[in-house]
Amino acid sequence: MSTGLATPSRGAVAAQQVRSFLDRRALLMPTFAAFVIFVLLLIGAQVHFGNFMTPLNLSALLLDNAYLVILAVGMTLVIVTGGIDLSVGSVMAFTGILCARLLADGHSAALVVPLIILGGAVIGLLIGVLVQYFDVQPFIASLAGLFLARGLAFVVSLSSIRVENESVLWLQTTRYRFGEWYITPTGIMALLVAAIGAFVMAYTRFGRTIYAVGGNEQSARLMGLKVARTKVLVYIFSGMCAGLAGLVLTAYSGAGYPRNGIGTELDVIAAVVIGGTLLTGGAGYVVGSVIGVFVYGTIKTVISFMGAEQSWTRIIIGLMLLVFIGVQRIIVVRAERRR
Amino acid sequence: MRRIVQHRLFWPVFSLVALIVVNTVARPRFIKITVRDGELYGALIDILRNSAPLMLVALGMTLVIATRGIDLSVGAVMAVSGAVALTIIDDSSSPGSTTTVLAAIAAGVGVALLLGAWNGFLVAVLNIQPIIATLVLMLAGRGVALLITDGFITTVNSHPLNYVASGYLLFVPFAFVIAVAAVTVIALFERRTALGMLTEAVGINPEASRLAGVRSRGIILGAYVVSGTLAGVAGIIYSSNIRAADANAAGELIELYAILAVVLGGTSLMGGKFTIAGTVVGVLIIQTLKSTILFLGVSSAESPVFFAAVVIIVVLIQSPRVHGLARGLTGRGRSSEVPARTDAEVPA
Amino acid sequence: MRADADAPPLVAMRDITVRFPGVLALDSVDFFLRAGEVHSVMGENGAGKSTLIKALTGVYAIDQGTITVAGEERLFGSTADAQEAGISTVYQEVNLCTNLSVGENVMLGHEPRNRLGIDWKATHREAARHLESLGLQLDTHSLLSSHSIAVQQLVSISRAMVLDARVLVLDEPTSSLDRDEVALLFTVVRDLRDKGVAILFVSHFLEQVYEISDRITVLRNGKLVGEYCTKDLPRSDLVTKMVGRAIDELEAISEIAERDVDRSAAPVLRATGVGLRGVLEPADLDVFDGEVVGIAGLLGSGRTELVRLLYGADRADVGDVEVHGKPARITSPRRAMQHRIAFSSENRHAEGVVADLTVGENIVLGIQARRGWHRKVRRAEYDAVVTEYIHALGVRPADPNVLVGTLSGGNQQKVLLARWLATAPELIILDEPTRGIDIGAKADIQRKVAELSSQGLSVIFISSELEEVLRLAQRVVVMRDRRQLGVLDSGSVDVDGLIDYIANHGEGSVA
Repeated sequence: MSTGLATPSRGAVAAQQVRSFLDRRALLMPTFAAFVIFVLLLIGAQVHFGNFMTPLNLSALLLDNAYLVILAVGMTLVIVTGGIDLSVGSVMAFTGILCARLLADGHSAALVVPLIILGGAVIGLLIGVLVQYFDVQPFIASLAGLFLARGLAFVVSLSSIRVENESVLWLQTTRYRFGEWYITPTGIMALLVAAIGAFVMAYTRFGRTIYAVGGNEQSARLMGLKVARTKVLVYIFSGMCAGLAGLVLTAYSGAGYPRNGIGTELDVIAAVVIGGTLLTGGAGYVVGSVIGVFVYGTIKTVISFMGAEQSWTRIIIGLMLLVFIGVQRIIVVRAERRR
Repeated sequence: MRRIVQHRLFWPVFSLVALIVVNTVARPRFIKITVRDGELYGALIDILRNSAPLMLVALGMTLVIATRGIDLSVGAVMAVSGAVALTIIDDSSSPGSTTTVLAAIAAGVGVALLLGAWNGFLVAVLNIQPIIATLVLMLAGRGVALLITDGFITTVNSHPLNYVASGYLLFVPFAFVIAVAAVTVIALFERRTALGMLTEAVGINPEASRLAGVRSRGIILGAYVVSGTLAGVAGIIYSSNIRAADANAAGELIELYAILAVVLGGTSLMGGKFTIAGTVVGVLIIQTLKSTILFLGVSSAESPVFFAAVVIIVVLIQSPRVHGLARGLTGRGRSSEVPARTDAEVPA
Repeated sequence: MRADADAPPLVAMRDITVRFPGVLALDSVDFFLRAGEVHSVMGENGAGKSTLIKALTGVYAIDQGTITVAGEERLFGSTADAQEAGISTVYQEVNLCTNLSVGENVMLGHEPRNRLGIDWKATHREAARHLESLGLQLDTHSLLSSHSIAVQQLVSISRAMVLDARVLVLDEPTSSLDRDEVALLFTVVRDLRDKGVAILFVSHFLEQVYEISDRITVLRNGKLVGEYCTKDLPRSDLVTKMVGRAIDELEAISEIAERDVDRSAAPVLRATGVGLRGVLEPADLDVFDGEVVGIAGLLGSGRTELVRLLYGADRADVGDVEVHGKPARITSPRRAMQHRIAFSSENRHAEGVVADLTVGENIVLGIQARRGWHRKVRRAEYDAVVTEYIHALGVRPADPNVLVGTLSGGNQQKVLLARWLATAPELIILDEPTRGIDIGAKADIQRKVAELSSQGLSVIFISSELEEVLRLAQRVVVMRDRRQLGVLDSGSVDVDGLIDYIANHGEGSVA
């Protein structure tokens, strides 16, 4: 690596520039790959069906998967620290049914919405404390969260509860139109959460600590970063996202349902990994996870277009996940060998 | 007396006995066992029968955890094996014949075995983290099961199949016999051959085992194959019980209960020394807890809340920090990064 | 400004004592570090060198003594405390986050901010400025992982300067660097020294210590041997002070070693040009039937690396190996065992004993591993083997059912030795088998090795105690700084001569 000891030739400078471009962007490669895959999928579907890439369909993509986008943002932060949160699907179901019940009992949305986000945050806090202060593996701690939230969802109600509250339904039924495109308040919420997540990761010390902890927790601690606080906060944030996702999903389906979200955490994890975040931590972008959700949503839509079983979605996602992990491993092994 | 208390099975067995006692006090009929037509009935018998799928899955999970791994795909594998077996029976011309059923079961378990081998390959040969490797199958497996059943719940009416879950063999439920047989076979394998000790060595100190010439790859692969196969058998029992293949509900959350059973029984999640007897007790504790919860009027859907509490209590008890708090602070207070001095760490 | 010999030291450690269970790691040690000097601490295994550094950097708490920094007495309860006192450490495994950019690593936690959040332009500008003040031109946007370890260490040093470090501790910084990278590092170090930073340089590479340091402090067995100006201390004196001339309590064993070895047949093992890039320069070694070949050299000279390559624990990328005259590819421990080669690692805790298994299980592990899982060692044979070796090596407590983790270091070593001897090898490699164990156990093990070799077992024996090596071996391979210096006949050299060889061979005239 040049240390300014000699003046290089022009050819060497050019080669250097290419290498430095790649060096800087190495971590962006997986996310870039996800983007390419997304575009290819869209083009492929367009070629195959002829009427896939319509503004209507693409707008629906965001509408149908808004809740997943929100979950994916929270999950990204957790996974980048090297942890994992298996509770998000259940927390989403719990906050969703709780929201529906409280609204049905006559409470105002202005009270209920903050309450359910708080509920998600509390479960996240529990998980974070177990992980950080009691040295419980994140997978076990979030499993306990999953059990707890799922059970609580059924405690709230054993069956679904319709939502009649206007202000909540408004979130889903209102469409803001731009020509043939449209977006709902839930879609705006999802994009807002993604924007906040991306900003936090890139421009705040909290976000940079997340990357540092995921890269090398020991080093991060020795470098004086607030590791403990950060690790707990990411789980709280993930819980809050799950709470918000509960609201969005309830608005979307018009009802709370305690059996929602079974297995959703896996879909979210898959989307985040496909979007370029390393499961081992330390690398990943919120933008990538959003793309990952869109990839997932596109595959789901394509499969329904094809009239095939929805179960193919899970299989394909599973296989994609495998391929991505394989590629991630190869990259990691290569990087280690280089040193 | 001291030796009994310090035996590592003491607390699990004690907890189980305590649970049974509490139940009996609350409902004396709990330990009543009746005999009808040469078959045993009663709440305890129900527990034994219902525990069979979890027993099998937890058994496999014990071995996998001993190698410092984990198998999250067992629920999905259960779904696949049930789907395969029942589809074969459903599509066959003689669903009621024993040969058909046997062939279907063999196919179902065979597929499960292959899935276990797949997991083992990813972990042992490609060195992928066990959580991630088995996550893939957890995701894709259910999809495959759904495909096989065309998204429907395939119901089957076949007497030989029903026998698996509801039949009796020598007074006791057949499902229970299967579970006992599996436990016995695995226990014999682990302890009569050197497999148990070598597995523990690999889990306790993988590097030292490698330098000692232990075939770690084969041992790890084997553990996943066993886990998959047992999940396959569990899937058959489950399907027989509901007389259908329900790709969504089969084995739902079972991996979590299995891990909990293993931990309750005293095997550490960090790998190494394992106890099959402990896992058996752990499974019985969970099953008794489920029965208790039902009796208390809590619907089975809400029971996860109790189990969350149990999980939290158990991991807290096993947490080193709690041990430290319990024993009191020794020496001056230190920040968490200053290592405790141990004999093993005498520096240069 | 260079160190002023009369100025008070920047860091004064007085009467430092650190105790571990059963071991006195540091015994009333004094250590002084001045601003504007490069100071090396030297010592072998068990000398207390790394304990002293860990006490200074806040990793260990001290049991007795005082640490004064710039006249102020300090108590370090954590590494953060030491950092606050202006003491920064750069470790061998660079303690940075390789998944982040160079600039970010330099400024992490101290990034300049504007109203919205982190100001990245300013951050990279600052980072570039700090790097440049050390004479480094790096692309601050590049990922840290895209640079060599050498560069990463320089970035780590830059970060220390961002934190206004007055004391810079470099802990084995050159172990993974090549010649040019070391030269670069030293340029930076000299520059910092001239700016008044106090630098503590820890390394076992003799040449480098002599090249860069102004003063040297020597520790042995937890005690201070002395502090010297580098230019006044000849190499052989340094090595003597580090290694010591302890009275020999084990002379009887040497008689067994003095015998003729039959070198007419093919050697049990012959390695030619075996090496691994970045780890070991190609080396040669051969061992004949019934011979003990010792490998001598200071810590870090490459002894363990060489034998690990021979055993297949690591894979060599150059060189050939012959077993009994036939070419062999030893690519894994299992292969080595098939050739009846055994290896006892120096790191018995991490690579040797399986702590939660019993003594008996540990002893039988080698045999069992070779036989495979399906052929379990039967009870009768198990009992016989275990009892025989517990007895032969004097393992205490003599109970095969206690967990190995509860045994003392010496007894753990005996169990390990038992494991390997039970597999009836033709060649056994012992890496520091007597390190950190009591005199009695040491004598037992050495006697056993000598006995076995006189009965035909071939042994490769590594020890930091040169008397031990000369006592047991017929020939001695000498290593320094990851290279082989040569092979000596043990009868032709005494400890002083060996020390001289290690210190000076290949360096031209003796200082």
